[in-house]
Amino acid sequence: MLSAILYAIPFLGAGLAVTLLVSLLTVSLSLVIGGLMGVALVYGPAPLRWVIRGFSDVVRGIPILVLIFFVYYGLPVAGLNLQPFSAAVLALTVFKCAQVIENVRGAIGSIPRGQMDAGKAIGLTFPARLVYVIAPQAVRRFLPPWINGVTDAVKGSALVSLLGVTDLMHSIQQVIGRTYEALPLYVLGAVFYFVINYTLSMLSRRLELRYSYIRD
Amino acid sequence: MGYALNFNLIWRHFDRLWGGLILSLELAVLAIGIGVVIGLVLAIAHVSGGRLTRAAIGAYVEVIRNVPLILLVYLVFYGLPQAVDIAYDATTSFVATLSLYAGAYLVEVFRSGLAAVPAGLIDAGKAIGLTPWQRLIHVRLPTMLRITLPALSNTFVSLFKDTSIASVIAVPELTYGAQWINTNTFRIVEVYLIVTGMYLVTGYAILLGLRAIERRFSIGR
Repeated sequence: MLSAILYAIPFLGAGLAVTLLVSLLTVSLSLVIGGLMGVALVYGPAPLRWVIRGFSDVVRGIPILVLIFFVYYGLPVAGLNLQPFSAAVLALTVFKCAQVIENVRGAIGSIPRGQMDAGKAIGLTFPARLVYVIAPQAVRRFLPPWINGVTDAVKGSALVSLLGVTDLMHSIQQVIGRTYEALPLYVLGAVFYFVINYTLSMLSRRLELRYSYIRD
Repeated sequence: MGYALNFNLIWRHFDRLWGGLILSLELAVLAIGIGVVIGLVLAIAHVSGGRLTRAAIGAYVEVIRNVPLILLVYLVFYGLPQAVDIAYDATTSFVATLSLYAGAYLVEVFRSGLAAVPAGLIDAGKAIGLTPWQRLIHVRLPTMLRITLPALSNTFVSLFKDTSIASVIAVPELTYGAQWINTNTFRIVEVYLIVTGMYLVTGYAILLGLRAIERRFSIGR
């Protein structure tokens, strides 16, 4: 058992790098795209708001596994042939975008309307109100739930193993295929995932404590 | 080259999707039922137990919540039988896993709900001479359930979606039905369009039903 674990470590290390890369790409892409879509959901014109609301509701309404298969097996029909890695990142980004949109909507929604009015009253333009009045306050409300949601991206990334991407989950299964030591290796994999996600949720808890009091 | 959508083959095999959806719902209901029991018992134990009990429950919650469900599913189905002498089919194994998973999320929901029961209500119970047990059954639990309803609805719907993971150990639920049709007919886009619709409609139907219950029982605050 110990020899199997020692044998597995380098493979799991390589898989871990892929898991982290997939998660990092997903999280950063969805932060930018979802952030913009979230702002557009709050302040955009009506048709755009409907589209984003529909997108978010549909994506959050289906299992992420179905989304991943849909993107990987379905997009080639539309002429877009993606490698498993790109398809995995795209599907996870779409999934995470919907979460970020709701995080942004919640954060902006929690700021009193008077703040926007006050900005207007002192003659700030709309972009200036957004950047100098809303954003600094909204970011503190946005950060804790968002970081908490980053663990969903890491956990969701385990599903890309089903497309044949050699991430942490997939490398665990490959080593089990060679050693037949299923239990110790799954437990070892669980430890890897736990360490990443627990660190993230601790970080989120600390931020929440720090930002829970908002100076008016 | 264009791709012409052809749903005929899907309708021919629709019984696999329909049966799959029913199984998905059954898995969700079973796991939620067991998960609620685990969650309630552990939440009460957490609130009334000593430091050791709290630490043990906290460890269970943190471990389950920070590990991907797919890994837990593999661990229970392929890993556990190596250590303990048990044999179970994929469906039983998945229900056990999802129940444990649900339990970890529900403990947190119930625990914060118990903490949110106003102290005045418990004092009032004391004042009219209820024993601690009676206070739990007649005051704290009913109030806690009404407080936690919105969070419960979200957890239930998300657990329903998580049943799709059962397909990785060949439990013939909805996602597995979709994969079967893919492998046998190659009508991939059609299958996933239909299956997406089925998950959406079912998920939102569950949510609307639960929202109705919420409106009936919610506490105006």
